Amino acid sequence: MPSARLASDIGGTFTDLALERDGERWTAKVLTTPHAPELGVLEGIRVVLDKAGLRPADVALFIHGTTLATNAVIERKGARTALLTTEGFRDVLALGNESRYDQYDLNIELPRPLVPRRWRLPVPERLDNEGKVLLPLDEAALRRQIAFMKAEGIESVAIGFLHAFVNPAHERRAAEILAEEWPEVRVSLSSEVSPEMREWERFSTTVANAYVQPLMASYLGRLQQGLAEGGFACPFFMMLSGGGLTTVETAARFPIRLVESGPAGGAIFSAHVARQRGLSKVLSFDMGGTTAKVCLIDDFQPQASRSFEVARVGRFKKGSGLPLRIPVIEMVEIGAGGGSLAQVDALGRIQVGPESAGADPGPACYGRGGTRPAVTDANLALGRYEPALFAGGQFPLQVPPALAALEEHVGGRLGLAPEMAALGVVEMVDENMANAARVHAIESGKGYEGRAIIAFGGGGPVHGYRVAEKIGVSRMLVPSGAGVGSAIGFLRAPVGYEVVKSLYQRFRSFDVAAVNGLLGAMSAEARSVVEQGSFGARLAESRIAYMRYVGQGHEISVALPARDLTEADIAAIRADYDAEYSRFYDRPVPGSDVEILSFAVTVATVLPEVAPAGAVEEAPAPSPIRHQAVRDTTDGTVADWAVYDREHLSPGATLAGPCIVAEAETSTLVGPGWTCRMDALGYLELFKEAA
Amino acid sequence: MDAQPMNALEKIQRQIQWNRLIAVVEEQAQTMIRTAFSTTVREAGDLSAGIFDLKGRMLAQAVTGTPGHVNSMMESVGHFLAKFPAETMKPGDHYITNDPWLGTGHLHDLTVVSPAFRQGKIVGLFANTAHVIDVGGLGMGPEGRSVFEEGMYIPIVKCFDQGRANETFFDFIRAGSRTPVELEGDVYSLCACNDAGIKRLVEMLDEFGMDSIDPLAAYIFDSSLAATIAEIRKLPRGTYSASIRSDGYEAPVTLKAAMTLHEDHITVDFAGTSGLSGRGINVPAAYCRAYSCFGIKCVVAPEIPNNWASLAPFRMEIPEGCILNAPRPFPVSVRHVTGQLLPDLMMGCLHQVVPDRVTAEGSSCLWNPPLRGGGQVSGAAAELPDFEVITFNSGGTGARPAKDGLDGTAFPSGVRTMPVEATENVAPVVFWKKELRPDSAGAGRTRGGFGQIMEIGTKGEAEFAVNAIFDRVANAPRGRDGGGDGAPGWVGLDDGTPLRTKGYQVVPKGRRLLLKLPGGGGMGDPAERDPGLVERDIADGLVTARP
Repeated sequence: MPSARLASDIGGTFTDLALERDGERWTAKVLTTPHAPELGVLEGIRVVLDKAGLRPADVALFIHGTTLATNAVIERKGARTALLTTEGFRDVLALGNESRYDQYDLNIELPRPLVPRRWRLPVPERLDNEGKVLLPLDEAALRRQIAFMKAEGIESVAIGFLHAFVNPAHERRAAEILAEEWPEVRVSLSSEVSPEMREWERFSTTVANAYVQPLMASYLGRLQQGLAEGGFACPFFMMLSGGGLTTVETAARFPIRLVESGPAGGAIFSAHVARQRGLSKVLSFDMGGTTAKVCLIDDFQPQASRSFEVARVGRFKKGSGLPLRIPVIEMVEIGAGGGSLAQVDALGRIQVGPESAGADPGPACYGRGGTRPAVTDANLALGRYEPALFAGGQFPLQVPPALAALEEHVGGRLGLAPEMAALGVVEMVDENMANAARVHAIESGKGYEGRAIIAFGGGGPVHGYRVAEKIGVSRMLVPSGAGVGSAIGFLRAPVGYEVVKSLYQRFRSFDVAAVNGLLGAMSAEARSVVEQGSFGARLAESRIAYMRYVGQGHEISVALPARDLTEADIAAIRADYDAEYSRFYDRPVPGSDVEILSFAVTVATVLPEVAPAGAVEEAPAPSPIRHQAVRDTTDGTVADWAVYDREHLSPGATLAGPCIVAEAETSTLVGPGWTCRMDALGYLELFKEAA
Repeated sequence: MDAQPMNALEKIQRQIQWNRLIAVVEEQAQTMIRTAFSTTVREAGDLSAGIFDLKGRMLAQAVTGTPGHVNSMMESVGHFLAKFPAETMKPGDHYITNDPWLGTGHLHDLTVVSPAFRQGKIVGLFANTAHVIDVGGLGMGPEGRSVFEEGMYIPIVKCFDQGRANETFFDFIRAGSRTPVELEGDVYSLCACNDAGIKRLVEMLDEFGMDSIDPLAAYIFDSSLAATIAEIRKLPRGTYSASIRSDGYEAPVTLKAAMTLHEDHITVDFAGTSGLSGRGINVPAAYCRAYSCFGIKCVVAPEIPNNWASLAPFRMEIPEGCILNAPRPFPVSVRHVTGQLLPDLMMGCLHQVVPDRVTAEGSSCLWNPPLRGGGQVSGAAAELPDFEVITFNSGGTGARPAKDGLDGTAFPSGVRTMPVEATENVAPVVFWKKELRPDSAGAGRTRGGFGQIMEIGTKGEAEFAVNAIFDRVANAPRGRDGGGDGAPGWVGLDDGTPLRTKGYQVVPKGRRLLLKLPGGGGMGDPAERDPGLVERDIADGLVTARP
């Protein structure tokens, strides 16, 4: 009986593998093979199975996530895609919201639509906002456009008509005609891919889906074939950006839902750690080489969102990417990583990122010719790393080029010694991350009181305690296995699917029958997708209404009971809304009616109970392996910090800060005033006593 | 600890604090966007937010927001302090006005100022401005003959007194607006947004152990002033003049500027500019300063954040009684239609100094059609329920030295438009067309951005009205350095009947409103344009005739 579970996550540089059986875990990292990513996956699978001494037949389940769709959009390597759209609206994608994402930069570039104007093809038809036909679909005109698309060598077709999310009849009829005239072409309908109000976001999502679909379908086919040839007979699931798993068939229909699967895996990983530790309010903090990602996790659920931007042209600036309206795990990504470069601006201020040294030449301390100071150089200059032992000693760092770069680009310009310049760089990058986290919380209507940080990635455990101090958090966890966190996260994800539909309702005229009809249909749709892969597992359903005061612009999500509503529920839902609103904004607004814009239904397999981490007995602290002279970033003083090897710690061992816990992939800094203790799971838990 | 590292540390910490202050005002702005009711704020982003010292000097402004409020809101705080001195303010107070001359230039902009207290002591002020949807009167449009016709006038008053709503105030504003719930909700939102700023500021002062923001203010002001002056110094001294014509209301309007670049500041003299209009296209001086400053700053010092000191070196001399310095009670409701030409005028001067850093003229003034229908327009014959709706739309921007202009994109305004599907959900209007306007971009080595064509009717093709506020119809956006002009705008009916560019007009039953938005001017000789780009525009159907 096969019982092993296998996951793989394709990233830009590495393909990560995680394999678990009977509580044991093996991991592997292999290079990504961009020309044929399935080769890297298959190679990685071989490596990790070898490590575990298992055979393909021992694998009961394979879960996969990939950045392939994202990369195709960023690198513009998708299919020749056309958009059939309502006549008079062929430039919806080009006009966007008619705004600039940077007010003062006269030279900004706006994101170029994935479909050029010549392939944005108008068809006479028009529905009104209630879905009534104002102008019937001109089928003859449609057939002419089909002939044109064939002549142009179009490979994938998106159909986006105004108000199709209310009434998909014209889109469906157009798809029927396409199927008749051109059965082999792939078709994406806006009423299926993203059935929500707002034509720019809906069309953009539909076009992106069409753009990546041929590529993803062929990739998934090749991977499936490779697995079959390798003797794998197990079910195969794909990780979705929203944090659930789905079948390969669904993934091939809606590949745009896969774009953020890697980061979603990281968030699921954090959510699992939070569940193990019973932490109901968490900030997941993943800092890597070029970016840092933060995600809020309440009650073990990563924050969900339906809007995302892909391929930002303005260096992480909001509004500079292509909008996607799909279920995603809400997170903020900023240009702050170990490779982020520091400089001094015209006002004499230290600026860090978003420009990054990348892997080549990398930070100055890599000694590969980099001359500009990166965050890693600053950490080294502060004494936080032992140069000879960085990355487990595989990769010694060089101090002199780091100091020279800091001197030349920061210290010299500000009259600061290189070590103090390093302090400035690290404080600034920590401040940037803390500010991004703070603004993200405001945008999400959440706060940091009582929250814990879960830090991972190469930089998360290094910078975590100081970011925590800046946002007022006094507890932090550094789990083990953080190097392949996303792949481990895939193993913890439920099989699930979310359906979102718009149906406008006001509380004063709430149509219970219409809402129940819609929710029932959505529930059936989600269940039919999930049941393909749930194998009889118990399913849980959650229903959400996105609500706001009539006239407001931003909705708050309010949970609904997962059953037919009755008239009696309406007052309770309204009360939940008011409570939710006051929680964030102090004052409810008197006299306002409340409206519902859309509903979401999620069906997912129920996750197995997680055994809570047990209590541990006090264990003796190990001896430090060395001491390092580390400069403190809050007061600039230098002191000897003890350094411990993480492998020497036993559960229950307690260390007083300041100190460093080193491991192969990262170091956990325990700042002054912090205490570190290893828990029963082998995770490091840091506390700071109230000042 | 010795003095040396402490100095270095202080130097770094001040930078961190400045960075934090910018995050604080950004949180303030985001709170407003999340909680506002008016589409103008939450969808369009027509707002600003900032923190001030007790002398009314702005330390930091949120990046989120629109330039029209730059330093008009900044000047505003001084007026609040003149009426309610800082020492009389109490925790939980919120003060409000929409006075065009004490605020940001028309009655639709509400400005709220709130004191921040820490340990019982006032430490600073937060201010914000937002464009609300309705303040009664004639509504957004040029037709008023004095500010009294344009809407209700709120002098500087307390809307919250130590946390308690001033119910008399709220009674008045509810009674005076067509959209009382939204207006009241917006006032609550503006106060909540300043509260969010106050909370964060106090946390920041606690964290850094600061008793006052004054030393930080001094550091911000010194650095900003020095950096701005350094940029000004790079420019050759001298006086450079330009003028621009706009369509005006009853007669064309000429805007003139003579810009003098000094060693450490820039002055702009608007002598020669046309006199006042009898209608609401007049500009209060603060709004003229705001958009002039914005235009100069985009070219001269775009990287330096906005604050009192970074804006101080830009000084305006605006003769009284010209259209850019309208006194009370002249009508000013649509001052943007004149004021948004000012960046083009400033770039006309700077073009003589740094031609590789300015753009050609663009469509510039927003083409926002305020639409109204139902009984308010058709009386007893109305076929539709009453509605009032506005969308924010833009033509093409001017060509850039090394890049084409942006198609259908707001500049200098920082607002966003609303989706057609959302607009059609709030009013019984039907947009039959909203797409790029071929052949509207000015030719050039780099071309202008394309304008748009919009065709708007109602459900059932009923009668409705437009309160037109359009410009660049008789006076097209001009190209620079041999680049062609952008196509002028056009306002009329779908049967070809032209309408006036400004003022209230009825679109008869069975007809639709047709708007052709201007394209941006081109830059440089069109013959030098990359032929590949010309072919692309032809293939895309945006250019129909080979040049």
